[in-house]
Amino acid sequence: MDKQISGSAVSVNEEGYLTDLAQWTREVGIEIAKEEGVEMTDKHWEVIEYLQNSFRNNQPLSIRSVGKHGPVSIKELYELFPGGPLKKSSRIAGIPKPASCI
Amino acid sequence: MNEPNLLKSEAGNSQGSESAAVKKMLLILSKATLDSVYACFILANGARMEGIEAEIFFTFFGLEALHKEKMERLHVATVGNPAMHIPTLLGALPGMESLATGMMRKEMEKLDIPGVKEFLEILNASGVKLWACKLAMDMFHLKETDLFDDLDGVLTVGGFYDRARGEGTHLLFV
Repeated sequence: MDKQISGSAVSVNEEGYLTDLAQWTREVGIEIAKEEGVEMTDKHWEVIEYLQNSFRNNQPLSIRSVGKHGPVSIKELYELFPGGPLKKSSRIAGIPKPASCI
Repeated sequence: MNEPNLLKSEAGNSQGSESAAVKKMLLILSKATLDSVYACFILANGARMEGIEAEIFFTFFGLEALHKEKMERLHVATVGNPAMHIPTLLGALPGMESLATGMMRKEMEKLDIPGVKEFLEILNASGVKLWACKLAMDMFHLKETDLFDDLDGVLTVGGFYDRARGEGTHLLFV
């Protein structure tokens, strides 16, 4: 379905995840972050950039892989995106919800 | 794995009423076979990933998963485990458990599942509380220094039940 986020028309799935990363802008990210109750800082953006690059390179995402290879530790990831870190950060990043259990 | 179905069932869950939602998982790990330990750890980690609180109470043989010298040497049971699909007598042969365990570890690494020690560190960093059972520690003559460094503490059964207060708390025995 289509949705207007901060003036841009984007396609999202029923859970509010963007279906096309090309439609993502920083403003869209900020707006989704607000919905998730997250106020974005430089550290948040570093995580978002890492997630988007991983997605573009077809690297499957997990909490473990973000903690190991990403810009923040697992503990920081939970602090930056409380209440479902990978789910929330992926939604803000405009990439699909990771299907990982780890 | 059938992904479209997976997504559908998850979407269905999120439509449940807020009061019935799972808010906290208290897991009891009483065994030290690798499959039981991983089932427990993955459930705890998965809860945190969904924004659900999680705590694990390690009791009886489950304490081995916290034991510094034993945690990386846990095995899959090849005897008395019908899912292994090997005759019981063969399963009892020397080396069979190591073989089965090695095969399981290899498959888990492919799926990005960490070893026991690293998994405990991930659980700790994710905010999962780790408790050791006092009675079982006394029984096996274990000291806190024998166990994982970031243990949250030693609890009696009463102390553990005390942590179950609050709506939406579920207890699960592994």
